[in-house]
Amino acid sequence: MQLTLEFGGGLELLCDSIKIHKVNINFPNESDILTVKDLLSWVRTNLIKERPEMFMKGDTVRPGVLVLVNDCDWELSGQLDTTLEDKDVVVFISTLHGG
Amino acid sequence: MEASEAKSKRAGGSRLCCICNKRRPVLKRPKTLQQICRECFYEVFEEEIHQVIVQNRLFKSGERVAIGASGGKDSTVLAYVLSELNRRHNYGLDLFLLSIDEGITGYRDDSLETVKRNEVQYGLPLQIVSYKDLYGWTMDDIVKMIGLKNNCTFCGVFRRQVSKHSLFTQTFIIPIIFCFMISSLIDFLKALDRGATLLKVDKLVTGHNADDIAETVLLNILRGDIARLSRCTSITTGEDGPIPRCKPFKYTYEKEIVMYAYFKKLDYFSTECIYSPNAYRGFAREFIKDLERLRPRAILDIIKSGEDFRIATTTKMPEQGTCERCGYISSQKWCKACVLLEGLNRGLPKMGIGRPRGSVNGDNKHTKAGSTAKSIESKQCGSLDF
Repeated sequence: MQLTLEFGGGLELLCDSIKIHKVNINFPNESDILTVKDLLSWVRTNLIKERPEMFMKGDTVRPGVLVLVNDCDWELSGQLDTTLEDKDVVVFISTLHGG
Repeated sequence: MEASEAKSKRAGGSRLCCICNKRRPVLKRPKTLQQICRECFYEVFEEEIHQVIVQNRLFKSGERVAIGASGGKDSTVLAYVLSELNRRHNYGLDLFLLSIDEGITGYRDDSLETVKRNEVQYGLPLQIVSYKDLYGWTMDDIVKMIGLKNNCTFCGVFRRQVSKHSLFTQTFIIPIIFCFMISSLIDFLKALDRGATLLKVDKLVTGHNADDIAETVLLNILRGDIARLSRCTSITTGEDGPIPRCKPFKYTYEKEIVMYAYFKKLDYFSTECIYSPNAYRGFAREFIKDLERLRPRAILDIIKSGEDFRIATTTKMPEQGTCERCGYISSQKWCKACVLLEGLNRGLPKMGIGRPRGSVNGDNKHTKAGSTAKSIESKQCGSLDF
């Protein structure tokens, strides 16, 4: 599945300062759906090059990191249970910095 | 297009915006848990800030108002919204951007570039004031001298001290740092104060948001700083000084500020302040964010608790006098900025940091264990340092 991932609010620093990543992710074993939860662990393993605790806490994103799926707050689509489809755009924005 | 509609259906559920019932929702408001669409979000966001401004009588027509601009998310959104509301509701304000250069390489240069872009994007003139000009020290110089601990103390005090006359300057401009530094904002504010006096400013506006204030309330409780606790929830501060400051975003959630900036594609700069990874404020911040996840309303409720605190009449409050060295308001003989500056200039960078341990010459005989507990209790409130 092709996805576009964007990192903002300083999170890009954790992925070699690249803001936009076009990635190809496989469905997890024995499953035909990909959830944001699966995506997060994939991102942690494959994209986050340093200080993973800035991005994730446990199974979910660190409190203070906003997640948008196709420009829509993930709180509306079930947070971690949000299902992803081909060509979706997922944006991670950190709010944890000065303003 | 069918595909994008199907995507929308999945993303927002089949519900519609709570307010207009026409469009698909894109955001769940932490304040009210409502699911709203983009257009309604803009309206509600801007209208609520307008109401805060009007109900708290933050401005008077004709005032020259400086917007503390750091290039960060809060100050950028503030500049944009205030400028828009000034036009829409005819506040009659003379607005401009005011920026502080603390002299932190890399961090500040980039954020100043962002403010310069904001100047063009919003059509608001920009003035920059630097620590080097004001104090003769940049943060980089200070860090070279004191090492990597306690930088936040310096930055914070210096920001506060920009105003020789104001008490609690809170700057707009919020450095985009991982340290969530309101104290650096305060430092910034101090620099702003001095800058503001020079530029004939009637009022300073800062982008402190609800999350920042809730955090400050908690921080002051954790530190036993009763004096600050009683002041930190005021929406306007420093009214007795030359440059009052106010925080129109006092009830605005940080999440909404970021979402607003994202949807409106506002240009802001975010990076981690290299000098503050372990600022104490970070712990309060972490806690607030965890709380918000469980019960988003908690942030506004903490602010309400802070507003409604009353200090027991038997509590001794620090007295406000003036600093012998510079005349700034201070509850000690010398204000904190003078103590810190003196330390820097004399090559004794630990002066003014932490609790006093005997004399400057290091006579520690009297402060051994046993007297520690007693000395904490007998400490005047507001004077504990970390």
